[in-house]
Amino acid sequence: MKRVNIIGAGISGLSAAICLAKNGTACCLISSMPSERAQSVLAEGGINAALDTMGENDTIKEHFDDTMKGGCFLESASAVKILTDNAPEVVMELFRLGAPLMSEKGRLILRNFGGQKKKRTAFAKSSTGKMIMTALIDEARKYEASGLIKRYPHHEFAGINITDGSLDSIVVRDSRSNEFLSLAGNTIICTGGMNGFFEGMTTGTTQNTGNAAAILFDAGVEFADLEFIQYHPTTVGITGKRMLISEAARGEGGRLFIMRNNEKCYFMEEKYPELKNLMPRDVVSREMFFVKEMPECPGEVYLDMTELSSDIWKNKLSDLRKEIIAYLHKDPAAEPIAVSPGIHFFMGGIRVSDRHETNIRGLFAAGECACKYHGANRLGGNSLLGAAFGGKTAAEAAMKDMPDWSEERISFEQSVSSPSVRSRLKDILLGGLGIARDSTRLEKALDESGKLYREDITAIDRMRVRLGTAALRSALERKESRGSHYRTDYPDKNDKYRKLTVVKSAGDDIILRFIPADSEEKL
Amino acid sequence: MKYTIRILRRDRGSTESYIQDFEYETENDSDTAATALTSLNSREALTDISGLPARAIEWECSCLQKKCGACAMRINGRPGLACDAVLADFGKNIIELEPLRKFPVICDLTVDRSILFENLKTLRLWLAQTSDPSDKMQELAYESSECLQCGCCLEICPNFYAGGKFFGMSAVPVTTRLLAQMSKAEYKEISRLYSKHIFSGCGKSLACRDICPKKIDTEKLLVNANALAVWKRNGNAHFARSVNNE
Repeated sequence: MKRVNIIGAGISGLSAAICLAKNGTACCLISSMPSERAQSVLAEGGINAALDTMGENDTIKEHFDDTMKGGCFLESASAVKILTDNAPEVVMELFRLGAPLMSEKGRLILRNFGGQKKKRTAFAKSSTGKMIMTALIDEARKYEASGLIKRYPHHEFAGINITDGSLDSIVVRDSRSNEFLSLAGNTIICTGGMNGFFEGMTTGTTQNTGNAAAILFDAGVEFADLEFIQYHPTTVGITGKRMLISEAARGEGGRLFIMRNNEKCYFMEEKYPELKNLMPRDVVSREMFFVKEMPECPGEVYLDMTELSSDIWKNKLSDLRKEIIAYLHKDPAAEPIAVSPGIHFFMGGIRVSDRHETNIRGLFAAGECACKYHGANRLGGNSLLGAAFGGKTAAEAAMKDMPDWSEERISFEQSVSSPSVRSRLKDILLGGLGIARDSTRLEKALDESGKLYREDITAIDRMRVRLGTAALRSALERKESRGSHYRTDYPDKNDKYRKLTVVKSAGDDIILRFIPADSEEKL
Repeated sequence: MKYTIRILRRDRGSTESYIQDFEYETENDSDTAATALTSLNSREALTDISGLPARAIEWECSCLQKKCGACAMRINGRPGLACDAVLADFGKNIIELEPLRKFPVICDLTVDRSILFENLKTLRLWLAQTSDPSDKMQELAYESSECLQCGCCLEICPNFYAGGKFFGMSAVPVTTRLLAQMSKAEYKEISRLYSKHIFSGCGKSLACRDICPKKIDTEKLLVNANALAVWKRNGNAHFARSVNNE
């Protein structure tokens, strides 16, 4: 029997499953929770495609150029070309599946988003992810009923067996029965970014532990660009996490200011007269960081949405307003909201080819867990696109040369992570991987992670510390500033480093090397 | 502020429930039931209010901002989302957390809600062909798609029980969106199933309307789905009317 295993049932996992099913290939869709609870439902602002419906003569070439520029030319040009070429079809397909993206007379309405001069972002108010997920969930249900998609609900990834660079099997745990299954067959990883390494400090889901990434790294799966972590400029702390205020707030006219000598200073508009508040996220977050360090600006940075028209609040941002009122007890239409940057997206992750193959035969990855399209900084609206397209692309690759699929109940020793070790690792990583980095902070963090690694900690915690250490090492070795990676001791871009930082685990060591961004070396 | 978090617990595999109290102290007025549970579970050694060791509390949680529906439970007797239940708003020091009662308990506050998803399959809720999206139905499709499948509406419904013929309100948003978008040819089978599993069992108590954490206007969705599936009225015209009346 032939079947593909998919771990994760968010946008990339569902896209992969639907693509397989459409082609008559069966799959196992494994997730710890139903798709309705996946992090993808949190995506707010929109999804990019050069559909050119707004009379601005937008082109696919410009979508490509903006993506490359936003990512500081660190992403693979060939992959971004395929992505942007396919974007209009990806978005129209979601629309035809019934995702209620905003439209007029059957044509999608597009909004402005950061790092892009033209309107290119299709959206559904500020709940785009939820709307797309609902349509994909309904579509997947059709194939669940026919048996092509078999869900493994409440199952989590627990282990992987690799021999001579080929995948043998994965191990999953049924969290209800506590039984372990070994599944052979081609496998696509769609487990999302590494939020779980920064518990409580990200805009993502609390479901993400980061353990899947740590287990894969430990088993010899290559990761790339782990130093590139996107701090979204406009987040607010609510208990237990950072809540995102969508970039759409600025896309629709929201302005950032800080009080300077008792006067409002619109610092982004002063410094960047063309894109103003809609510069790429890395730039805005960094400017917020700098402006707050100035002695004449002692207070918080505010997002001022008070001048937005009632029409925009009603038709485009009503859900965002409701959410801010519910969690902050403040009406953004009446008063500016204090905001600060928060961890939002991991550009780095499992290194994949343009076809989404990893360095392990039979193992593929898509969505935020994979490193492919976003370079040193992701543009808003490109993550939903990358996830939907990446899942489909990975499925197309996984359908080829399928080994036999099998399932076997096994006994398995699962190690458990300790809250205190997790918390210490988080503090170490935050110390080294903040918005502004330097060798002193990074070396201190590496020293601490080394000490933690040598303590008597559980196997999974050792794997986590090792992957965290790989991220710190990547940030230390990249002696330049590019995109979201800002080094105060190397404040300029250095094209010697226009390369991927590839890390691989080897026993207790981590092998780090730089390879050209377009390289498909060993994949 | 000092709270007693009173939890109706059940060990995995057991059929007996028991109550355990925990002390939770906070200075933050906006702390929710989800905050309290997260905080209790992050203690290195969890102890109950009398200082006896207790195992970690099992509950489901994902987004913490009312967008995923994972953390539905009974909070001081009312179904809701833990991340939406601000402790200070209850005006009392004891916060009672219980699992939803309409679903089998797995452990503590975690229940098995798989019946929700099974019922959607039984109702054959998908588009056989891709839709031809119309602007008119956009708002209705949007509102329907907001449903979290959390199960609060089923918990409060006097007519729903898991495994029964009546599938309850949680199936209505999905039906509404798809009926609004599907071709006329697909209507027939979905309409038949809708009549059998929703329309004929709904007692119109509309308790679901008041309990929905997303404040989805369940009455409006019901009226629309009934009009389309049962009365075969032109849904677009009807929806246009109901919007104009707002």
